[in-house]
Amino acid sequence: MNAAGFPLLSLLTFLPLAGVAIIMSVRGDDEVIARNARWTALWTSLIVFLLSLILWARFDTASAAFQFEEKLEWLPEFGVGYHMGVDGISVLFVLLSTALTPLCILASWESVTSRVREYMVAFLVLETMMVGMFCALDFIVFYVFFEAVLIPMFLIIGVWGGARRVYAAFKFFLYTLLGSVLMLLAILYLWYNAGTTDIPALFQYQVPRAAQTWIFFAFFASFAVKVPMWPVHTWLPDAHVEAPTAGSVILAGVLLKMGAYGFLRFTLPLLPEASATFAPLIFALSVIAVVYTSLVALAQEDMKKLIAYSSVAHMGIVTIGIFTFNQQGLSGALFTMLAHGVVSGALFLCVGVLYDRVHSREILRYGGVAKIMPAYALVFMLFTMASIGLPGLANFVGEFLVIVGAWRVNPWVALGAALGMILGAAYMLYLYRRVSFGKITREDLKALLDLSPREYVVFAPLIALTLWMGIYPQPFLSFFEASVAALVARHEAALNISRLAGM
Amino acid sequence: MSWILALPELVLGCSGLVLLLAGVIPKTETFFPITMGAIGALLLTAVLVLGQGEGTALGGHYVADSFSSFMKILSLGAAAVSLLVSLDFNEKEGLARFEFPVLVVFASLGAMVMISANDLMALYLGLELLSLPLYVIAAFNRDNARSAEAGLKYFVLGALASGLLLYGSSLVYGFAGTTNFDRLADAFSTTQSGSAGVVVGVVFVIAGLAFKVSAVPFHMWTPDVYEGAPTPVTAYFASAPKVAAIALLARVLLGPFGDLAAQWQQVILLVSIGSMILGSFAAIGQTNLKRLMAYSSIGHVGYALMGLAVGSDIGLRGLLVYMAIYVFMNMGSFAVLVAMRRQGRAVERVEDLAGLGRTDPTMALWMAVFMFSMAGIPPLAGFFGKLYVFLAAVQGGYWTLAVIGVLTSVVSAYYYLRIVKVMYFDQAVGALDRAPASLTIVMAGTGLFTLLFCLWPAPMLAAAQAAAAALLG
Repeated sequence: MNAAGFPLLSLLTFLPLAGVAIIMSVRGDDEVIARNARWTALWTSLIVFLLSLILWARFDTASAAFQFEEKLEWLPEFGVGYHMGVDGISVLFVLLSTALTPLCILASWESVTSRVREYMVAFLVLETMMVGMFCALDFIVFYVFFEAVLIPMFLIIGVWGGARRVYAAFKFFLYTLLGSVLMLLAILYLWYNAGTTDIPALFQYQVPRAAQTWIFFAFFASFAVKVPMWPVHTWLPDAHVEAPTAGSVILAGVLLKMGAYGFLRFTLPLLPEASATFAPLIFALSVIAVVYTSLVALAQEDMKKLIAYSSVAHMGIVTIGIFTFNQQGLSGALFTMLAHGVVSGALFLCVGVLYDRVHSREILRYGGVAKIMPAYALVFMLFTMASIGLPGLANFVGEFLVIVGAWRVNPWVALGAALGMILGAAYMLYLYRRVSFGKITREDLKALLDLSPREYVVFAPLIALTLWMGIYPQPFLSFFEASVAALVARHEAALNISRLAGM
Repeated sequence: MSWILALPELVLGCSGLVLLLAGVIPKTETFFPITMGAIGALLLTAVLVLGQGEGTALGGHYVADSFSSFMKILSLGAAAVSLLVSLDFNEKEGLARFEFPVLVVFASLGAMVMISANDLMALYLGLELLSLPLYVIAAFNRDNARSAEAGLKYFVLGALASGLLLYGSSLVYGFAGTTNFDRLADAFSTTQSGSAGVVVGVVFVIAGLAFKVSAVPFHMWTPDVYEGAPTPVTAYFASAPKVAAIALLARVLLGPFGDLAAQWQQVILLVSIGSMILGSFAAIGQTNLKRLMAYSSIGHVGYALMGLAVGSDIGLRGLLVYMAIYVFMNMGSFAVLVAMRRQGRAVERVEDLAGLGRTDPTMALWMAVFMFSMAGIPPLAGFFGKLYVFLAAVQGGYWTLAVIGVLTSVVSAYYYLRIVKVMYFDQAVGALDRAPASLTIVMAGTGLFTLLFCLWPAPMLAAAQAAAAALLG
């Protein structure tokens, strides 16, 4: 049995479905159903979050092995089993997912008024899929969760989204599906050749050199779309802009991490040689992403679109870190992913606060908000500074580590990443100046109310996390040190073997 | 007494005759009791099939093995569900005549004979016994021009296909000197395989059967017939006859013509690729749901045939699993189509589903489950169907086939999603009538299967595995 003494990960994964069952079973008029749906969803996600804190407390950070493992037979004669477990790479993402979901539900408390029941059901199902994906230790199980995320997200964008929601929902779904099905073929190849889809067992399997290239690109098709990397990032601005606020938070906070997690979990350990061969390609695409999308962000007039492009730039830094294959780069990438999950989620919530009041995301629509909503302006500034990478706030640690790691591999790549930070400061400060400072040009803005108690509750944990991660990052870094070290060691060993074989 | 082995067929045939008599004699309309009787007969036959032994009978014309049991239960189940679905529809459309269930029973008997055929003669006999009732029920709404057109079109093209099949069979007989499958297999394994005449014969046989499964390039009748026939009939067309014809195709190609695999494999490959591509692209522009389902069924046959094209036991298992899951999804989505009525009138355009997510959330939920499943999105059953045929293709090294398969599945996801979009994203144009209980039961049953298949897939896989092993020996 695992460290918790009971199947903790399965409970975390499937408990939200119990909430779904409760929500579905309530009868009554619309008002009763909506109120019940909100409270049930909130309590369910809070309970899941509290349970997930067991992971934080009981996880053995000294070990690189998978912990809290659970195994059930599913299709024994095919070598496919229900296998769950977390290691240092995945454990914090489970926590990130369980932490963001209650905040999202709270953030949609008043802004979602139509079909509340379906909305809450979609969010709880989404939580199941996200947590399951980060816990899955079987490739088929992983793929099931990885793909199933699309269904609730498609509905969330399409039903509760903005004006061009249908276009955005289809683009999101088909783009990511196209990438994923190619990965499915690669999974089938591995399944057939290795005889198992158990991930720890697959790590023992040496993929032939000739096949690595093809598998690499099949994985790349899926993960690069999810990350998203330039030039397959175009679904992201559309999806972000049209999704409801909470949808954007989950999209930026967790779903974007799925691609980078895929690179870390599968591409690097399974395909060491192909990863090394194509690292320059990834670097090139990432540097283009960082610089190009930062410039694009500078020209945006829609707040959400601007933050969406900034997400692409930040994820570019993450992919640079992953393909440096050294301790600093990988740790930095993981840390940036977590920090970006918190900070960009919070930024979308900040936009949501204004959108709930004014129903516009246009930057020029605002101005002088700092005078009307001082508390809001302070919160918004904190997250703006965090996104820029101000030392003492969350993003700085990760981006700094990535740049250090990249410098050891190639100073030019580090330069590109650093350029991204400078441009990031430019577009975020420009955004903040236009929204918060200046004259109050619109009369209706004067009537805006500052943050409500509910909004304070939503922002408080995110502010605390941002400061904590920036000031004292060691508790977070310690989670993935051992796993990253093992990953780097295995990668180097695999490359040495192939180098020897080539001599 | 070797004919005892064919007891399920005998029971079903006799029940059909009894039901016919029972329908004719009373002066009053007997649609409901006869339909219930027919469903009972089909289920009884399915139970008998479960308990059936193995072996050949009736002078080697008839064979029973676990492959035939698997396919027969599938096609009998599909027929019974189609009858259940037709109950309410036929009453409301004024088609409540007792001949309908009787014809479905005889068609099912034909399907069973096809599945158990062990001789080219039995094959033809079963095929015709299946087809003749189908021609009639396609035109069952005889006062409706489209229904009559559907029946006539199906008959003319079906007769052509039968002719092709018969011609192919006679060529095979001419060159091999026998029509029995076992002896054909012996003949082709000893002599140098594939003289030109035999190859031409096999191709003609494939053409005749490809017509029945509506695979490209013999699919032209499908959209028109699906659209014109009464909806419960379409539901039947899309399931039981397809299962039977696919079963027959698998048995003929892997049994007697197994040693000619090099010849027929290319044909099946092309048919499979063509069906997948046409099924996904042609459905995009459709506004009529029944036409859309017709193209969708062409696409699904393409995926199923992918398993046959690979020719291995894994491919055959994939084909069986795919067909089984397809029957469930298909029956469920047709139950929704049958239930679509507004103020008593049947409606069948995609826009008629607009806003269903608000007006009838339960039905919309099931339809969404079927659509996501048909698009192959996990964790729904449709994904696992695709998974096993793709696995077979990858294992056999058919990369082109697999890549085309996954790409067309993305294209087809577009039109399945469009239905979800219409149901959930669009404004309601007015509520549909409440679905009758029989349809709700079918939707919930097939929907739960589609939703929960992932929890316990092992029994079906084991059954498919046993069936595949029985056929390949």
